[in-house]
Amino acid sequence: MKRELLKYSIFAVCVLLAPLAFLDSYLLNVLVFVGIHTMLAVALNLLLGYAGQISLGHAAFFGLGAYLSGVLTTTYGWNPWFTMLVAAIVVGGLAFMIGFPILKLKGHYLAMATLGLGIIIFIVFNEWVEVTSGPSGFSGIPNLQLGQLIFDSDLKNYYLVWCFVLGCVLLSVNLANSRIGRALRAIHDAEVAARVVGVNARLLKVQIFALSAMISAIAGSLYAHVMTFIAPPSFGFNISVELLTMVVIGGLGSIYGSFLGALLLTLLPEFLRFMHDYDIVFYGGLLMVMTIFMPGGLVQGIPDLFRKLVGLRKGKGDSHA
Amino acid sequence: MLELQGITQIFGGVTALNDVSFSIRADEITGVIGPNGAGKTTLFNIVTGIYQQTSGRVIFEGQDISGIPAERLASLGMVRTFQNIELFGKMTVLENVMVGLHSRSSSGLFACSFKMPWALKEERRIREEALQWLEFVGIADLADVTAANLPFGRGRMLEIARAMACKPRMMLMDEPAAGLNSQETVGLAELIRKIRELGVTVVLVEHDMELVMDICDRIVVLNLGQKLAEGTPREIQDNPEVIAAYLGDDD
Amino acid sequence: MELGTQLLQYLLSGLSTGAIYALIGIGFSIIYNATGIINFAQGEFVMLGGMLTLFLLSVLQLPLWIAIPLAVLLAALVGLLFERLAIRPLRKASPISLVIITIGGAILIRGLAMLIWGKDTHSLPSFTGDEPIMLAGATLLPQHLWIFGITVVLIGLNKWFFSHTISGKAMRACSYNPRAAGLVGIDVRRMVLLSFVISAAMGALAGIIVAPLTMTAYDVGIMLGLKGFCAAIIGGMSSGLSTVIGGLVLGVLESLGAGLISSGYKDAIAFVILLLILFLRPQGLFGKPESERV
Repeated sequence: MKRELLKYSIFAVCVLLAPLAFLDSYLLNVLVFVGIHTMLAVALNLLLGYAGQISLGHAAFFGLGAYLSGVLTTTYGWNPWFTMLVAAIVVGGLAFMIGFPILKLKGHYLAMATLGLGIIIFIVFNEWVEVTSGPSGFSGIPNLQLGQLIFDSDLKNYYLVWCFVLGCVLLSVNLANSRIGRALRAIHDAEVAARVVGVNARLLKVQIFALSAMISAIAGSLYAHVMTFIAPPSFGFNISVELLTMVVIGGLGSIYGSFLGALLLTLLPEFLRFMHDYDIVFYGGLLMVMTIFMPGGLVQGIPDLFRKLVGLRKGKGDSHA
Repeated sequence: MLELQGITQIFGGVTALNDVSFSIRADEITGVIGPNGAGKTTLFNIVTGIYQQTSGRVIFEGQDISGIPAERLASLGMVRTFQNIELFGKMTVLENVMVGLHSRSSSGLFACSFKMPWALKEERRIREEALQWLEFVGIADLADVTAANLPFGRGRMLEIARAMACKPRMMLMDEPAAGLNSQETVGLAELIRKIRELGVTVVLVEHDMELVMDICDRIVVLNLGQKLAEGTPREIQDNPEVIAAYLGDDD
Repeated sequence: MELGTQLLQYLLSGLSTGAIYALIGIGFSIIYNATGIINFAQGEFVMLGGMLTLFLLSVLQLPLWIAIPLAVLLAALVGLLFERLAIRPLRKASPISLVIITIGGAILIRGLAMLIWGKDTHSLPSFTGDEPIMLAGATLLPQHLWIFGITVVLIGLNKWFFSHTISGKAMRACSYNPRAAGLVGIDVRRMVLLSFVISAAMGALAGIIVAPLTMTAYDVGIMLGLKGFCAAIIGGMSSGLSTVIGGLVLGVLESLGAGLISSGYKDAIAFVILLLILFLRPQGLFGKPESERV
């Protein structure tokens, strides 16, 4: 428990101090998105890494949060903070209801079903033009405001988003180390055995699915207010895959790994600008290489690699001696 | 306490169990024996909600539990162990038992995420009680070992500790002595008696005759999907039909 | 146009797209039955069929009757490589890893296609002209006839392969019980490889025959693939007639939905059906309940 607290404190201090290094850099703006992606990746990881249930439709929950916040505050003039709460509850509730039938499915079937769900929602974003403005996107969303403080600069948005990230990471770490996290890991390890000792696997999976959708919706609300403009492509299948890649790269079942995955996959395109749209090739390759060679993600893979290298050197030293 | 009424199970044309009825009395140790293919494990899986029988009823403490999902049975007071022990391999020994206390704790998603005081208190209680159960089966010294690394015999003890953590009134054990050496089997017999002393009714499916004859109060013999005999170990040993069907076998 | 003629028109175009979905769906089923994997890259083979044919026609100036078989062959080769490089190393991995690896493969193939052929949408010439054929007031293109014809032939071949050839029977054996199949001397790994090659080829051919009607681009594989999967789900993941019916039903429903309700939501129909079937009848529309697939 002490170690968890220490890890979290180091993470929090780094997050809070990071802007000092990038004060006038466009990278600060990128870091805002790293934050939003971290929330999304952590949310998906709770489902995929802990409960062992895949979702290829998480971008849709992200999108629902964004559109609910965008439309309700802009078109109907709702209070943004209140709307964020409403969006989280509505999306969480929706996921809870759909969770019962959808999480009955396993493995490949679950993947396809969540993918289908994601695409249906994506189609609605595109086609319900009267409300969402359709493919051309929805603009004029107000910035968030706290008293006199308007979150309208990269620096302010950075702290806004990262406060949410820190909260979300703390709660997720707590959850992972609680009876719920333990039961989830048990389901993942041996579902029948877990059920036999009274773990209600179905209900727990659905709860985590709903929680995961809720966090994604909050990330969506933040995204809408930070960007002030949203359009369907930000919530499509590709984004769901990108989130999946982040989780896999970081490591299934590692909250901080998800941060690492989000950081890497959000920063990389900035350095791969010369590749234009072709970075998708890179994602595909990365996903395959990681699954084959580093199934535990970076969080496990790097220490393993390091140990192997050290081991090799030791081995060599021995043979010399 | 547990009553089986006319259990029949047909798997794609093959009758695995044919009209099996017997009852199990509270506070007794009952053994279910029979040669290979007699339908013991099938019967077990029906009682514990893993299979759904073709016909017949299972009554537990006056309630028909046919078709009740496995996780509900635990809260009704019935748990089981598996022939090839099923542990949560990636978790520690202590955590395995703590999962056993899941159904007897209640902090929800939000209480756990926000570390509410009552959730922390409950977590402490879970940990303490889990440790007690590890002591009960005698592997408290292994609390922090990853379960997958346990030797088989210790794994069996862990599985029993985890099941006991549910505070069951009835425990069903599927071949608990399988894979144990003779010394471990002696320990197991002792442990099963200790479990009964706590007021838990024990049912075991077992191949190890010596163990069954030693600890069971009553024995039910199955053969080819049908009940062949029922009685005290003495009666069973003297039953000519059983001797013919079972002991005459080279098993 | 009268409603009757209009309905006939929707029916005809629905049946032709449905035939395509059926072919793609059979591809899904073949791999699923041999390996238990749902190949998320299935749609990419469909895309490869169209794009490779186009490439062979326009860049290498090959005649159509050479370009088509060559494209199918190349796509089958990609299927083979995919199995060798991505699936085989992970044979024992969890379903989640397998889902992820086929998604990775799909993205990679799609990305490479974009890298090589760009993002433009292209059209493939019809096989035998564009002279419409009138049928009780509804129009039918010669390409529609090609689609129907080739689909019927392929389904026949498929049926023949699985019930009359040694390899086909061996593949069926593998789908029932891979371990037992291995024990009686069937090379299970070769059968898995073969299933990828056959589905890639079938997918590619589906992509080629539909391309003259619907245009083709590097990203057509996603939607076509998912619709094909939906057909297979309706058919209960069978590689036979029920998936064909699944495809046709889906095609017709889509075309009716687009014509009578809204063309924008046309794509959603397939996914609503997909979810409903998975929720309510996971064994497919025609399957018996005990053949559990989930």
